[in-house]
Amino acid sequence: MIESYKGKIPDLLIEEFEKISKEDNLTKIQKEAVLKALEKRYDSYKVNPGEAVGIVTAESFGEPGTQMTLKVFHFAGVSELNVTVGLPRLIEIFDARKEASTPSMEIYLKKPYNKDIKKAKKLAALIKEVKLRELSNEFLINIIKGHIEISLNKRNMRDLGIKDDLMINSLKNKFKKTIVRKSAGGNIIIKPEGETILKDIYKLKEKVKETFIRGVEGITQVLPIKQNNEFVILTMGSNLKEVIKLDLVDETRTISNNIFEVASVFGIEAARESVVYEAKKVIEDQGLDVDVRHILFIADLMCSSGVVKGVTRSGVTSEKESVLARASFETPLKHLVNAALSGEEDFLNSVVENVILNQPVPLGTGLPGLVATMKKNVK
Amino acid sequence: MEEIILKHRFLPKHEILSEEEAEKILKKYNVSKRQLPKIRLKDPVIKVIGAKEGDLIKITRKSPTSKESPYYRVVVDE
Repeated sequence: MIESYKGKIPDLLIEEFEKISKEDNLTKIQKEAVLKALEKRYDSYKVNPGEAVGIVTAESFGEPGTQMTLKVFHFAGVSELNVTVGLPRLIEIFDARKEASTPSMEIYLKKPYNKDIKKAKKLAALIKEVKLRELSNEFLINIIKGHIEISLNKRNMRDLGIKDDLMINSLKNKFKKTIVRKSAGGNIIIKPEGETILKDIYKLKEKVKETFIRGVEGITQVLPIKQNNEFVILTMGSNLKEVIKLDLVDETRTISNNIFEVASVFGIEAARESVVYEAKKVIEDQGLDVDVRHILFIADLMCSSGVVKGVTRSGVTSEKESVLARASFETPLKHLVNAALSGEEDFLNSVVENVILNQPVPLGTGLPGLVATMKKNVK
Repeated sequence: MEEIILKHRFLPKHEILSEEEAEKILKKYNVSKRQLPKIRLKDPVIKVIGAKEGDLIKITRKSPTSKESPYYRVVVDE
């Protein structure tokens, strides 16, 4: 009996119905009646053909948008992470900005390790990128000998468990045309090959400071926290591709908030899911309630061409068929001139162009005129 | 690296449809392949499952409104 209703009402409703009918011990006749009522109710909630769902979606985001946080808050404190929230973040998501203003990651750990705070802390320390600047007290330029002397911060090195061999190796790998060696006093000396002027040595010094020693490049801060009975590492900065290669990291759940990064590692479908996840997070964080269907709709629109496109003039709007519709959004002259040059035609099939020309729009009751074809020559 | 991405929680199941199945889907929705959403040949998932240009990919998404929902994309080379 229930099988016959599959496809008529969504599986989620059927599942819920089965659960409730079992709890309440419904008889067969009662079940039948409930299902019938359910189907009728569900049908009455379906969107009518010709309904302008895009406008409803835009309004559904527009109104809560007025109530959102308008600025990025900065929290004082050492280990607290600043993440863009509210309207700026929502705009960032829907405009599909290439770089998130505060890239961050949620790193999950594999099963037995996710309960162990020590393991989580240890992994967090290993993931955080360490640059030479953090391991040294001073960078001195010796003008007479023409080299840079780096005095090391032994305490930081011991805390992070980094030996000076590792530092010398990474310096050697980064600066091929120099001689790197250890001085008698335990400092590291780096000297450019051949004759050099002071300006070059000064430039080299600045580059040497930023030498990457250990960790995952791009991850500037880590914060292990407890979330739903397991330890999760939140980060500032993201590098999804490298992090999921690590041993203890659960690569099936770890995620970055940069949608383009997700798209390049996991493909367009995961990027769509990521748009939904991020938009939902923003809205729920602000204590607002927007139906998930609106979010799904925008996410589908943004990802339908195979790459993530923002709701901007260079994104989804540029894909519109009609010249007038494109011109009415932003930079009208550019669109009109380009269309004239390539001899484009406008078939006036959609809404905006018909509004411009003061004609009925193909929406709601204006739509059927386009769909139904009258029989000709009926005798 | 290649196979582990398929298990990610954000990634729905992708499968390549055979010619007959693809034909059936196009007929059911009364569309041509050109009108369907696209997926790039360079897409990491397409590389792993080894689809060719012009293939129809069935994507079984987990939907928050109806448990599962099928979606179709055509592989394009761009």
